[in-house]
Amino acid sequence: MEQALIRESTGRQSPTLVSRRVSRDNRQTVGDPFVADPRMTCRNVNVYYGDKRAIKNVSLDVGRNEVIAMIGPSGCGKSTFIRCLNRMNDTIEGCRVTGEITLDGQNIYDSGLDVVALRAQVGMVFQKPNPFPKSIYENIAYGPRIHGLVDSKAALDELVENSLKKAGLWDEVKDRLHEPGTGLSGGQQQRLCIARAIAVSPEVILMDEPCSALDPMATAIIEDLIDELRQHYSIVIVTHSMQQASRVSQRTAFFHLGDLIEVGATSQVFTNPLHELTEDYITGRFG
Amino acid sequence: MEPQLLLCFLLLLSTAGYMIGKRQALAVGRSARGIRSLHSRPAYHGALTALWCAVPAALIFALWLGLDSNIIIRQVLAEMPASFRELPPSEQNLLVNEIKNLVNGNVFTNEVDPVLNAAAERYIRYRSISHGALTVICLSLGLVGILAVKRRISINLRARNQVERIITGVLIACSCIAILTTVGIVLSVLYESILFFRQVPLNSFLFGLEWSPQMAIRADQVGSSGAFGAVPVFWGTLMVSAIAMFVAVPIGLMSAIYLSEYANRRFRDVVKPLLEILAGIPTVVYGFFAALVLAPVVRNTGNSLGLDVSSESALAAGLVMGIMIIPFISSLSDDVINAVPQSLRDGAYALGATHSETIRQVVLPAALPGIVGSVLLAVSRAIGETMIVVMAAGLAANLTLNPLKTVTTVTVQIVTLLIGDQEFDSPKTLAAFALGLVLFVVTLCLNVIALYVVRKYREQYE
Ligand SMILES: Nc1ncnc2c1ncn2[C@@H]1O[C@H](COP(=O)(O)OP(=O)(O)O)[C@@H](O)[C@H]1O
Ligand SMILES: [Mg+2]
Repeated sequence: MEQALIRESTGRQSPTLVSRRVSRDNRQTVGDPFVADPRMTCRNVNVYYGDKRAIKNVSLDVGRNEVIAMIGPSGCGKSTFIRCLNRMNDTIEGCRVTGEITLDGQNIYDSGLDVVALRAQVGMVFQKPNPFPKSIYENIAYGPRIHGLVDSKAALDELVENSLKKAGLWDEVKDRLHEPGTGLSGGQQQRLCIARAIAVSPEVILMDEPCSALDPMATAIIEDLIDELRQHYSIVIVTHSMQQASRVSQRTAFFHLGDLIEVGATSQVFTNPLHELTEDYITGRFG
Repeated sequence: MEPQLLLCFLLLLSTAGYMIGKRQALAVGRSARGIRSLHSRPAYHGALTALWCAVPAALIFALWLGLDSNIIIRQVLAEMPASFRELPPSEQNLLVNEIKNLVNGNVFTNEVDPVLNAAAERYIRYRSISHGALTVICLSLGLVGILAVKRRISINLRARNQVERIITGVLIACSCIAILTTVGIVLSVLYESILFFRQVPLNSFLFGLEWSPQMAIRADQVGSSGAFGAVPVFWGTLMVSAIAMFVAVPIGLMSAIYLSEYANRRFRDVVKPLLEILAGIPTVVYGFFAALVLAPVVRNTGNSLGLDVSSESALAAGLVMGIMIIPFISSLSDDVINAVPQSLRDGAYALGATHSETIRQVVLPAALPGIVGSVLLAVSRAIGETMIVVMAAGLAANLTLNPLKTVTTVTVQIVTLLIGDQEFDSPKTLAAFALGLVLFVVTLCLNVIALYVVRKYREQYE
């Protein structure tokens, strides 16, 4: 009966057609979390910090060449969720993940799976730009070096240049590649971090509030960049700004207190949410 | 009145001053437009009164006690018979000691020279006069202070500001004492060193290759010419410190890495304090350990390998010193490594770096300046270390590369030069000050560099 309701509501496009939204008490996901040809799939994912359950039974797909935005009030588990996708939660003591997450059909929590290779395929950009205290060049070259992606200096130079170009930073830094990365402006540092992630040719890039420490100009540049990167990568972006989510993403997932409340096409979620909680959030009634 | 008692009275008086000032302020406030109209709260008026009561009196008290025994002694000597007054200075010193012993009741013989006895009695009389005068002056100064402030109390008296200013002054005075002491030490060492360099040329001290400070004390002694080339001594210090750092840097650094990056909370909470206990062991105990346990082990091991090991080898001293220094390096480095932001580690992990790659290629380079700082601090600690080397390193100043041989260090030489009977103006004694001066300059430079490096590191992340 619940299932039917979800199916039914996905089909609706026009706001005028919705007579009744799903009630606040319903903690099941509404909308369609699945896509036809997914790059990553998550099924019944739970995350525990010690005894605390921070993510509750979340199922969600990440499609190819799409930007999917995670929104929700602070502490609802957005960061926790995307950190599952490249197993960054492994580095946190006491953090446990259950359920199944696959990348290209392969379970990434398989005991035989190599985390090193996984993280090369699923890159990550953090809230605060965190360039290494090395030169710009070395920041980019670091990933390819540890993965042994290139075998000559010339190839490495080329890779660095391409990565910086893709991140839209090449023109600004090409004359000072050997100066410290920490000397760049905040927005440039964040693009440097994006270039650093790109350099190991990932398939998916996770971004956890990548613009929250940046000014509006730098934010606009990064948003344009994200839109371009979609041609080559799947991007999962956590954001606090609903404008940003609607500008850059194709699909949006709304989290609340560890539950995935609603997933849908971005235009639909923002104009015609199916769940009362989603509506509360996007109309600014909480969070 | 005895000085101790006087001090208690002063304390009581200033407490009374506090009450009086506070009461007066309350009274003034009430008779004006209420207590709120006072510029400062009554407690500040009380504190101001107490300070004006205590501080000037305490200053006079300290000055007086610092000077009075000298003045009294001079007076007592001046009143002694001429035969005593015309003694040479060194014997006069003995005389003064004897008088003081009599005064304090430390009499070891039955028959005491009546002249000395008379002098001692005079000393006691003068002293009680002096203490009486001190009592009168201090107490009246305290009273005057209280009365003067009490008269000044009005609603406009800026007591709070004045109290703050006096407190600032007291704090400055305390820190000046530390600074002035340091300056005093440096100046006295400098002075003695200059005396030394009058007798031994500077470059033969700094660059001379032979160290044998035994001088002929009497003209008829033989075989001791005195050579003051400091190179072998500094070489010994360098070698022992180098061995110590060779032990301490890898062990300290690796335990710091383990503690901060791998160990779980429980282990860390137990082990870190334990490591720091190492730093709390008195160095003389380490010296013991070096001389009685490690040195024989080193020698026996060496001998069984067919090596010629002296019983007081640079190796044994250096090894033990290294163990002593481990906690300095591990504790400081651990703090520095912990200060590297987690976001840098996350950045490396997210690129697929393993734990050890992250540590080696990201965390350690980021922490390097701080680690260098901690190592430099440890080096200056090693260079200045005395007890271990006194007990475990030898006395022979060998200019050798062989760590199994006996060497001696700067601090050991300073100690041996200064114990025993000798004149204070012989080059042998003065050489200790010259060595101390050079040692001081070296460690000072190291500390300055270390602080500079550490500060530079701080700028990066805060
Ligand atoms: N390392 C951690 N240990 C324990 N609890 C954590 C940890 N990180 C996050 N949490 C908890 O998990 C919940 C989700 O946090 P998070 O994923 O950071 O939220 P968001 O990114 O949506 O603001 C919060 O209640 C938070 O307190
Ligand atoms: Mg977050």
